[in-house]
Amino acid sequence: MKGFLENSKQALLISLTMFVLCGLFYPFAVTGIAQALFNHQANGSLIEVDDKTVGSELLGQAFTSPEYFWGRVSSVNYNVYTKEDTVPDNKGETAYSGVSSGTFNYAPSNPELKKRIEEDIEAFLKQNPKVNREEIPADLMTASGSGLDPHISVDAAFIQIERVAQASGLTIEEVKEIVKVNTDYRVLGVMGEDKVNVLAANLDIYTKIKEAEL
Amino acid sequence: MWQIAIVLVIYIPLVILAGHYLYHVTMQQKTLLDPVLNRVDHLIFKLSGIKQVDMTGKQYVLVLILSNAFMVFIGYLLLRIQSALFLNPNDINNMEATLSFNTIISFMTNTNLQHYSGESGLSYLSQMLVITFMMFTSAATGYAACMAFCRRLVAKTDTLGNFYVDFVRVITRILIPFSIVVAIILVSQGSPQTLSANETVQTIEGKMQDIALGPIASLESIKHIGTNGGGFNGANSTTPFENPTVISNIVEMLSMMLLPGACVVAFGLMVAYRSKKTIVGKQGLAILGAMSILFLIGLVTCYVAERSGNPIISDLGITQELGSMEGKEMRFGVAQSALFTVVTTAFTTGSVNNMHDTLTPIGGLVPMFNMMLNVVFGGKGVGLMNMMMYVLLTIFIACLMIGRTPQFLGKKIEEKEMKLIALCILIHPAIILLFSGLAVATSAGIAGITNPGAHGLSQVLYEFASSSANNGSGFEGLSDNSTFWNVTTGLAMFFGRYLTIIIQLAIASLLAKKMWHSESVGTLKTDNAMFTFLLVAIVLMIGALTFLPALALGPITEHLQIRS
Repeated sequence: MKGFLENSKQALLISLTMFVLCGLFYPFAVTGIAQALFNHQANGSLIEVDDKTVGSELLGQAFTSPEYFWGRVSSVNYNVYTKEDTVPDNKGETAYSGVSSGTFNYAPSNPELKKRIEEDIEAFLKQNPKVNREEIPADLMTASGSGLDPHISVDAAFIQIERVAQASGLTIEEVKEIVKVNTDYRVLGVMGEDKVNVLAANLDIYTKIKEAEL
Repeated sequence: MWQIAIVLVIYIPLVILAGHYLYHVTMQQKTLLDPVLNRVDHLIFKLSGIKQVDMTGKQYVLVLILSNAFMVFIGYLLLRIQSALFLNPNDINNMEATLSFNTIISFMTNTNLQHYSGESGLSYLSQMLVITFMMFTSAATGYAACMAFCRRLVAKTDTLGNFYVDFVRVITRILIPFSIVVAIILVSQGSPQTLSANETVQTIEGKMQDIALGPIASLESIKHIGTNGGGFNGANSTTPFENPTVISNIVEMLSMMLLPGACVVAFGLMVAYRSKKTIVGKQGLAILGAMSILFLIGLVTCYVAERSGNPIISDLGITQELGSMEGKEMRFGVAQSALFTVVTTAFTTGSVNNMHDTLTPIGGLVPMFNMMLNVVFGGKGVGLMNMMMYVLLTIFIACLMIGRTPQFLGKKIEEKEMKLIALCILIHPAIILLFSGLAVATSAGIAGITNPGAHGLSQVLYEFASSSANNGSGFEGLSDNSTFWNVTTGLAMFFGRYLTIIIQLAIASLLAKKMWHSESVGTLKTDNAMFTFLLVAIVLMIGALTFLPALALGPITEHLQIRS
């Protein structure tokens, strides 16, 4: 019995020591180093335009206007919302219920998946009348895992160029150049996929439109 | 395909180096950081009143469970009162009782199954003091148990090693230094590490976007190094903040592969150093070989399945050149996603960089099967112990066939050990299949299923396979935050972890006390290619026979349906 009490005391004390070491000391130490060495990244890689924070380099955003590139399908709408979305409807539910991440989790065999993709294709073709169905790459019509994916494939950007140019008043060449500038290629030529950062491309369009207005 | 090969090639030298380091730490031999860390260790021992005396196997298990129990109680309490504590800038509420129970068991058992979403369910303090803390201690508990097990296999006495010493040394010499380095690499790639509150920004379309921040990188690194797997955010390593780039993706994969592989190397060295110096040791190589064969079979299957895409989407007339992209991230694509999926389930981490519920049926079968076998490297030390059960079983069966006395490392394997080995191997499938049966037989269980047809059963099987294997990934569509799912998976994780460890250490104790016999020409060799293939065959046979019926009703049926 005495041995058991002694063991319990040691077990309790080692737990408390480790709470301090692993639970407080370690994360605080990493925070200190990270803030000092990589201040921009450690605070979320936020982007500022005209002294206002407009997003993060790493997070996608939901775009609906025709003059901007559209990203992948998101089950959480990229945590983007308007004032109205936070007002409860008559059932007491809000369209936006707070920051989250995730996907629809539709199995490949789920009929809901087919329905959602078919509807999205129809809507996309309506707004991009010159695009053929077989030109649409699947990444644009499928949901990302996080719901925050900032990228689309290069093909997915190319089929939107005509619409973007028409709606924004920029020339096709200008928009093509923007896509090219914002394309991230495979790391070392093999790792990952070639991809376009949607928010970065749209910010370039935004500044170009503003310049044209001046 | 090349990118997968490159990652695996980088892995080989890393794992051998880490294995040697782990061996030095375990056997209390000199390492580079000793001058500093010896002082840290002594301070910790002094504060906790620990005398560094050798323990018997029984004492070792007792204090292991005792210390885990204290951590569980304190952690549970913290989750229940988190809203009243400090470092809660986003005003998160207290966690509900059954969800807290599930969460705390989940993290203490190194499972990291998450029935909550980090952004809305935990304060920063809980993320650090409960989640990050338990990621260290549960991983260290697993390693300590494994090293106690290995030491007993090569020793002639049952009284050796002290749990607290092993536990502390693993944390101070391996987990914390490795985690700091990896965390800084992840921050450089874009993972946030801050204590300030979430941001709300104005988009250029005039809407608002909430950006969830926090001390993410410090959790992310130990999450992979300790093969834990629980994410800071709901969507885990798919989210750009947890896994910003391809580089971070590779770093995270290598981190989770490093220590489980190193355990095998360290064990190989323990066996081999009895005779001579070597890089891995023949015994270690034989086991490593068997694990690698199983790993590669799974990897190729999963990659091919995902690459070929979903035929239902092809039928809609759009182009699926990139493979099945539903639930995947563009920056990773199919190759990096398939590799991550197989790594995270083989090494039983449980973090995900794509949503496993959306994998093609065969692509989803592979991770499920990895967890059902639970020996393809496996997590944080326990994977090696599980594999050793199969090693002993293989020796027993092979010796029966050729009519010799089963013997491993000079110790005879007899009736008592064989009974425990059989029990240990059977617990895992029993937990998975019985609980799955219960879930589909009760309305409370069925209420969680969200995908129709055969995939619904896959969701249930996956959840319990993941719980029992202490993996923690999920077919996340399952609405699992209900009393039924919180309690059943909580129990599955608890039994899957502690029953197994108790039995395995009991077997090691029995073997440690035995007489040592020198090898003769008649002894079955356990360190050659022949034995490796026998081992793979036994693992596949036991695994396939036990789980084939369930898999046929779930993923295989779904595969046939969408391909017909």
